[in-house]
Amino acid sequence: MKVPLSQIAHTRSGDKGDTANIGVIAYDAKNYPTLVREVTASRVKAFFGTMVIGDVVRYELPNLGALNFLLHQSLGGGGTVSLRVDTQGKTFGAALLRMEVEIDG
Amino acid sequence: MIRIANGQGFWGDWLEAPVRLVEQGPIDYLILDYLAEITMSILQKQKQEDPALGYARDFPPLIGRIAKRLRERNIKVIANAGGVNPVACAQQVLKIAPGLKVAVVLGDDVYGRLDEFLAKGYEMRDMDTGEPIATIRDRIQSANAYIGAFPLAEALATGANVVIAGRSTDTALALAPMVHEFGWGATDWDKLAAGTIAGHIVECGAQCTGGNCQVDWQNIPDMANVGYPIIEAEPDASFTITKHAGTGGRVHSDVVKEQLLYELGDPRNYITPDCIADFTSIHLDDTGPDRVRVSGIRGRERPPTLKLSISYANGWKAIGTLVYSWPQALAKAKAADRIVRQRLADLGLTFEEIYTEFLGVNACHGPVAQPMADYPEVQLRIGVRGQDRKAVDRFTRELIPLVLNGPPSATGFGDGRPPVREIVAYWSALVPRDEIQTRVEVFA
Repeated sequence: MKVPLSQIAHTRSGDKGDTANIGVIAYDAKNYPTLVREVTASRVKAFFGTMVIGDVVRYELPNLGALNFLLHQSLGGGGTVSLRVDTQGKTFGAALLRMEVEIDG
Repeated sequence: MIRIANGQGFWGDWLEAPVRLVEQGPIDYLILDYLAEITMSILQKQKQEDPALGYARDFPPLIGRIAKRLRERNIKVIANAGGVNPVACAQQVLKIAPGLKVAVVLGDDVYGRLDEFLAKGYEMRDMDTGEPIATIRDRIQSANAYIGAFPLAEALATGANVVIAGRSTDTALALAPMVHEFGWGATDWDKLAAGTIAGHIVECGAQCTGGNCQVDWQNIPDMANVGYPIIEAEPDASFTITKHAGTGGRVHSDVVKEQLLYELGDPRNYITPDCIADFTSIHLDDTGPDRVRVSGIRGRERPPTLKLSISYANGWKAIGTLVYSWPQALAKAKAADRIVRQRLADLGLTFEEIYTEFLGVNACHGPVAQPMADYPEVQLRIGVRGQDRKAVDRFTRELIPLVLNGPPSATGFGDGRPPVREIVAYWSALVPRDEIQTRVEVFA
């Protein structure tokens, strides 16, 4: 069954220069393996399409039931250089909540 | 156990937060984080214009508001409010709140030492791009080394009521009282990592007490009176995140997890001047209402280098907006964008970038956003940047005329043409740790 990521996880995003980061956290630790299987770096890269010029790198934090994504070259230069309204990627995490993930049952 | 409260997540955070932290319950230390990456350059410019400035000007008046409480309750303040002029900051604090003892940590400002570093062969390549610093040498506006908790702990050891630093790390502000009170050593990596992670959790103020929280956000109570975070730190390096009783907001493991992930890079290698902290070792327990206990943290040896925060001038930018209403709001905004771009091109103006967003449509989420058939209204937002200030200034005159000479039903131009702002960009580089020798001076 496919559901939006928002059903099983919450997110927070921010920036380091021209790199946005998105933390994806399972509401229930039992869904962490689903996150690991479904929310891969390549899927996140494809999901954001033209918004992310560089690579997407994923890190795992099983102790928190969470994944951390770095989206390189995604903020129009970042910080003070960027001309975007969301220069710090504050809303990237919210965007990812739409991603469809396959869950059991 | 000691209580360390953070009353300021950045310069511009809620002015009432630190005042309430000292008035609404027990704390031992009040920490205040004022410095973002580009703040130092703003302060450097202020100092060049007036040698008595160059620090966070909100800080001395705040100390004036809370000085009586600080003395009554023996609360110590640690702040990186000093910017590029910590001594002037201390003098202003003493002018407003005489009778306090103020310790200043010096030695982070290396603006005047860059040529010395280059002569020693430190290339100071940008940590993101790998470019050598020579490419921006003549445009540098400030340069500071991030300093850790030990210089701050040394300042606390003087018995000062207020410790003022320049570019200390955010996490060092929280770790310093633990080092000072518990006598932790410079190689107690696990303990230093725990204090560092405590600092990371509270460094953005209310972001760990219910602010910017996705989980059940509508039901987080009384956000108008949100409590700012308090670390209850134990000598064994476990700690509890909480807030004052009776304040709004929420402290829960879900909230703390969001903040742990905020602006995180590689979770196993969270590098600070004090240690390398491992975020995959963190254990969280909800131990009561608005109480999260954090334990199990591991750390590793600190790196042999310190990071420099360097700012440099990188051209000019301006961003202007107009609002178009239904019907066909998006089509009108797109037509207006095309007209502006054509007029700029016809003037022979070139920019490093012209960037257009349609607020209400896709500015935040780009291609991920779900389109609508016909938007009630759309804000056109066009930004330009480049090295030629005159070209950027000319752009700022191209938006308002569209109200009369472009697509219909444009509004929202009440603030006039947008300002031209200098772009101060950020450069980070490494130098050997031994090059940075801090010292503490006491003022009373």
